[in-house]
Amino acid sequence: MADSGMQSWKSLALGCAMTEPGSSKRFNTGDWRSRRRPVTDREACIKCGRCYILCPDMCYSADPKAEGFYNWDSFYCKGCGICIVECPKDAISWQEEKEEDKYGPACGS
Amino acid sequence: MNNIAAKALENFEKITAKKMPLIEPLSKGHRACQGCGEVLAMRLAAKAVGEGLIAVSATGCMEIISSPYPQTAWECPWIHVAFENAAAVASGVEAGRKALIRKGRIKDDGAKVVAFAGDGATADIGLQALSGAMERGHDMTYICLDNEAYMNTGIQRSSSTPYGAMTTTTPPGKKSKGQVTWKKNMPMIIAAHNVPYVATASPAWHLDLMNKVKKAVTVPGPAYVHIYAPCPTGWRCAPEQALQTAKQVVECRMFPLYEVIDGRFVLTKDIKKPISIEEYFKAQRRFRHLKQEDFEYIQKRVDWDYERLLALVKATNPEPAE
Amino acid sequence: MGQRVGLEVSLACSEAAKLANVDVIAAYPITPQTHIVEHLSELVADGDLDAEFVPVESEHTAMSACVGSSAAGARTFTSTASQGLALMHEILFIASALRLPIVMAVANRSLSGPISIWNDHSDIMAERDIGWIQYFAENGQEVLDLTLAAFKIAEDKRVLLPVAVNLDGFVLTHVIEPIEMPDQSEVDAYLPSFEPQQKLDIAHPISMGMVGMPEVYTEAKKACLDALEKSYSVIREHWDGFAKQFGRQYKPIESYKTEGADVLFVTMGSLGETCMTAVDEMRAQGLKVGQVRIRMWRPFPADDFMAAIKGAKSLVVMDRALQPGAVSGPVATELKSLLYDKGQSIFVSNFVIGLGGRDVTRADFANMAKKTMEAQSAGKEIACEMWGVKE
Repeated sequence: MADSGMQSWKSLALGCAMTEPGSSKRFNTGDWRSRRRPVTDREACIKCGRCYILCPDMCYSADPKAEGFYNWDSFYCKGCGICIVECPKDAISWQEEKEEDKYGPACGS
Repeated sequence: MNNIAAKALENFEKITAKKMPLIEPLSKGHRACQGCGEVLAMRLAAKAVGEGLIAVSATGCMEIISSPYPQTAWECPWIHVAFENAAAVASGVEAGRKALIRKGRIKDDGAKVVAFAGDGATADIGLQALSGAMERGHDMTYICLDNEAYMNTGIQRSSSTPYGAMTTTTPPGKKSKGQVTWKKNMPMIIAAHNVPYVATASPAWHLDLMNKVKKAVTVPGPAYVHIYAPCPTGWRCAPEQALQTAKQVVECRMFPLYEVIDGRFVLTKDIKKPISIEEYFKAQRRFRHLKQEDFEYIQKRVDWDYERLLALVKATNPEPAE
Repeated sequence: MGQRVGLEVSLACSEAAKLANVDVIAAYPITPQTHIVEHLSELVADGDLDAEFVPVESEHTAMSACVGSSAAGARTFTSTASQGLALMHEILFIASALRLPIVMAVANRSLSGPISIWNDHSDIMAERDIGWIQYFAENGQEVLDLTLAAFKIAEDKRVLLPVAVNLDGFVLTHVIEPIEMPDQSEVDAYLPSFEPQQKLDIAHPISMGMVGMPEVYTEAKKACLDALEKSYSVIREHWDGFAKQFGRQYKPIESYKTEGADVLFVTMGSLGETCMTAVDEMRAQGLKVGQVRIRMWRPFPADDFMAAIKGAKSLVVMDRALQPGAVSGPVATELKSLLYDKGQSIFVSNFVIGLGGRDVTRADFANMAKKTMEAQSAGKEIACEMWGVKE
């Protein structure tokens, strides 16, 4: 518990409102992941988009360089494994991940 | 009798895998648990509403995980006031905007007021405010994200907790088998308010969920969508299984998917070959303590409820005259 | 130049909201506020006021809907009393924390139990800490004027706080008084339309009602406290502006025959008018008494009060609510703590009077003054005495 405030009361927005939409994007929820990460085998992937739409943390986004495929975001992935279970082709699987490699290159590129 | 919803949905453009809105009104970095089915449901609903979303949250998991000062996960306008008044606040936002637009002080930007609340905030402490808002006919949508207990405060029971479930205030013990009352049927209660649109949804059928939410915001007047929200943390199941439970609950008929459009019951999926409720319960430790006699009772009751639903479908969709 | 009419004070309150061209009224009926909201719904139904009248299903919802409406940028009004105010309790704090300029007329009525529909100040005294601007009207004209001024004060960007205008239930709400009705054009000159500093708007999204971690809660409260304290000068400014526009001046503390007074009565609300008559009678008998009326209750106008009581030897402080278990009644507690800080050794007696609608007569005032003077000479204290209890 801090014994002092995080910012001057004078710097607070009116009514303590948050005026920067989506500022939670600064928070590294990928830190919650422990020892493993989901990795997509693009050979098996049928580009159905289920991983994209069913991730509670929006970790999959369209790969601009490879249409139909999705890139995975290590900065936010909490390692829940929903994508692994929900992929109709079992194209996503767990891969061991060391703490220091957590924010390495995204899979599938 | 009325056809308010039917008229509004005449040229309804469905969301499909190919026509998927890319907007994310809920942003990454929110603090929901790994595998949270509720935040997924809220994400899908928000995407379905799209650009015009004004979100009103009740106190609860979704509010807490999306608004840890100084950060917010909301890309759209959002307000949280208290636990039991999401419907009341939403009706005030709606009334304020209505007046301002009519008086020419703001232009009609087509924004949609949507309240998000958990089962506690909906079926228990917030029931009065919800009933009032639905009855008054405000042009708003109320989405209940139902994870079947007061999860945010530590998994205490709500009136939406299913029969026999373990919660911290209905723990199974020598003198108790857990929750002893049957899950309160919120969609039916709201349908009895004669609102133009009511629906139930599960994130396991994500397109169906998104389309129901889109319909709800398209239909003028009050709309209610009750979404099953798996909570691996509270139900004690593996996070990666969240969507599987959301599939099984429908397939065992415990959470039927349907709509009530202008009072007419429309079944989304008729489960002709249900899986057993034991199959559904297996993956969740909150049901681990139940015995055969409990399964039998629950199965009977689930079947009875399902038959009633089918009867309502039949009764409100009369056969055309010969 | 307004028109002078005989009007039930409740309706004068509604007319003020109408003149202010409110956008939303979300209210639930409760005696003795009912005429205020009934008249407003009539005005809306006849198209005399273009507003959304939201007939909510409880006061908790009324205040919640007001919060939503004000957050959407609409000029919002409500009214309640007693149990209704108590039912809103939780949301009242949030309304001020979110800095929403809601105006609420409180038709002061006793809090249950026992259930009482009659007038006292227990309802608003239970809401001292809500962070709202709170002031008291003493007659029908003041009700109209102060309700109108409330919008101007609340919406001022230096304030942005909700305002509670207190009027005594039945004693004011249900009597017909001569009221000078301002012209709409005069009101429009005084009160422009509401331009919110921030609101729920898809063009400029913000999040309102964040989780206040320990690292920010204190600062958040400080910001609101600062706004409430600074609102004093804005209230003065807009009451002075009101005087310029409409010719009626309101002050945070009003004085009556205080020159050369040894004993001063301290009152709030309509009781003050009875007291003024009592003061006249006592002065005619040669007693050196006077009266100080507290109009502005929150923020408490300390300097004005100290200036008003200068030279007096004793204060007879009227409370119309109990503060059970405390040293004295709510108003007396406030004043005594102020006097202590200022090093004033003036004698203070406190009487809790007029509870649950019991009449307070001119004779009561005379007797309270007598008792105070006797106690003072005998070196006895009257920390808090319930007046007129039948033993």
